[in-house]
Amino acid sequence: MVDYAGSGPATPPTAPSGLVSGALRMGDYWLTVLARTWKGGVITTFVTPFFYVLALGVLLGGFVEADSTTLEGADSYLAFVAPGMVAAHAMTIAFSEMTYPVYGMVKWQRIYFSMIASPLTASHIVLAQLGFLMLRTLFACGVFLLVLTPFGVFETWWGVLVAWLVQGLVVLGFGTPVMLFSLSIKGEESFALIFRLGMIPLTLFSGTFFPVANLGPVLEKIAMASPLWQGVNLTRMLALGEIDWGLAAIHVGYLGVLAGVCWWLAVRRLGERLVS
Amino acid sequence: MISAHGLRKSFGDFEAVRGIDVTVRPGVAFGFLGPNGAGKSSTMRMICCVSPPSAGELRVFGMDPAKDGPKIKARLGVCPQEDTLDVELNVYDNLYVYGRYFGLPRAEVKGRIEELLDFVQLTDKAKAKVDDLSGGMKRRLTIARSLINRPEILVLDEPTTGLDPQARHVIWDRLFRLKQAGVTLLLTTHYMDEAEQLCDELVVMDQGRIVAHGTPLGLIHEHSTREVAELRFGVGEHEALAAKVEDLAERIEVLPDRLLLYSDDGESVIEAVHSRGLAPVATLVRRASLEDVFLHLTGRTLVD
Repeated sequence: MVDYAGSGPATPPTAPSGLVSGALRMGDYWLTVLARTWKGGVITTFVTPFFYVLALGVLLGGFVEADSTTLEGADSYLAFVAPGMVAAHAMTIAFSEMTYPVYGMVKWQRIYFSMIASPLTASHIVLAQLGFLMLRTLFACGVFLLVLTPFGVFETWWGVLVAWLVQGLVVLGFGTPVMLFSLSIKGEESFALIFRLGMIPLTLFSGTFFPVANLGPVLEKIAMASPLWQGVNLTRMLALGEIDWGLAAIHVGYLGVLAGVCWWLAVRRLGERLVS
Repeated sequence: MISAHGLRKSFGDFEAVRGIDVTVRPGVAFGFLGPNGAGKSSTMRMICCVSPPSAGELRVFGMDPAKDGPKIKARLGVCPQEDTLDVELNVYDNLYVYGRYFGLPRAEVKGRIEELLDFVQLTDKAKAKVDDLSGGMKRRLTIARSLINRPEILVLDEPTTGLDPQARHVIWDRLFRLKQAGVTLLLTTHYMDEAEQLCDELVVMDQGRIVAHGTPLGLIHEHSTREVAELRFGVGEHEALAAKVEDLAERIEVLPDRLLLYSDDGESVIEAVHSRGLAPVATLVRRASLEDVFLHLTGRTLVD
């Protein structure tokens, strides 16, 4: 029995010296969470992408007879739809990781409140969580791209490499606003709203499965304003080797500004929830 | 360790803490006693740097929570009223990840976990899921977590609320050991027995103000007689009968279910009541407690 005074080394506890050093202190938390939950994610990460490629790209796509001009430069429907599905996959991960899990950490288990009682601040907590989201997405999308490689849908190796890295930006473009939403809502029923009116329409009408030109001139413009189209088009240009660098810069800027603004707002909102 | 002068906290129009002065010295077990809504938890949250004061001055370790929150928090242990444990992780991992938040090396955190699990008697539950623990075990785990950084001040907000009597005594025993080891304890409670058992010094709070300050025995001595005679009559009779016995004691309190007669000799009071031909349904003589202090100071019981 130890009459607690503590023995052994006594490194003094410290406040983090900076934003990154504080977030890195949470690395073991996220790794431990991953170690406990990775089994549930195996199917989503490895099997689901393969099923989608097979069902939509190969089997359904076999019925699509269109030339490469219609398919935005792709030689086949599979080559057209595959990059779109990768970007949509990144978006789906952002929605699944930043909705109920974030809400639960504020409302149910209140884990954020235990974190803020330590020397960490809302900025550290948000950076660590988004950093973990990005790494997880890069891993999942990396697997997705590897699954796609044997289908011969990529033009250049470097294009695929950059397309892969771009998914880190795509997931932040969705992860930060969704996190902000989850930190701001009063009740979990609000999630139905962003799944039904956000994620599903975005997946269906943002150029993932068909060229947005098919929507007609007005709806096309609306679709092009959506963050997913920015990600889908950027990924597709890189995968197909048909790159309009000016447009690519707009896509990167759009997603970067969206992520940056929502990140800042999410830190503020989390701070308001935890410190009052 | 802690000093507050004219400390206030408002939430909109509601003023939870209305200008309190507190000084906590090292090694002391300092209590905030009061009913729910007295402003105890709001005060704790300000000290823990998670609630900016609305007015007044607050210093913890000589630092300003508004400027040096993370530095102060690195040296505090916080055991909140609700266990904010991660139910996805097991007992061991809850302690491990928390130790890392304080910038402690991995090997050192692991060594401390062994010690702390032993201290809170959870060694055999190290790999158990948090959900499988009883309420008392969860609270002990939360206390262990709050000790991972070997804090100079341990803050406990209602540490035994919601626990059964046996679990409460286990917690008290652990806290008493910490106190003996020289850890400064800061605790809020609405249990007078908890405050009497653990606190060297306490303040009684009511409606955001400090209404008394001293040692538990000192407060009892100052605000109450040594003994209390409790008389229980039929329902609704207490108010009317109070006038017939009030001269027998130094002071009388009329509660809905009983009369409290304050005297240094409770047995003599009971005898005198009987000699006047009154027949209470039940009588009890007990030593005065902090509950009596609170009743005297506020006119209300702690559970009101």
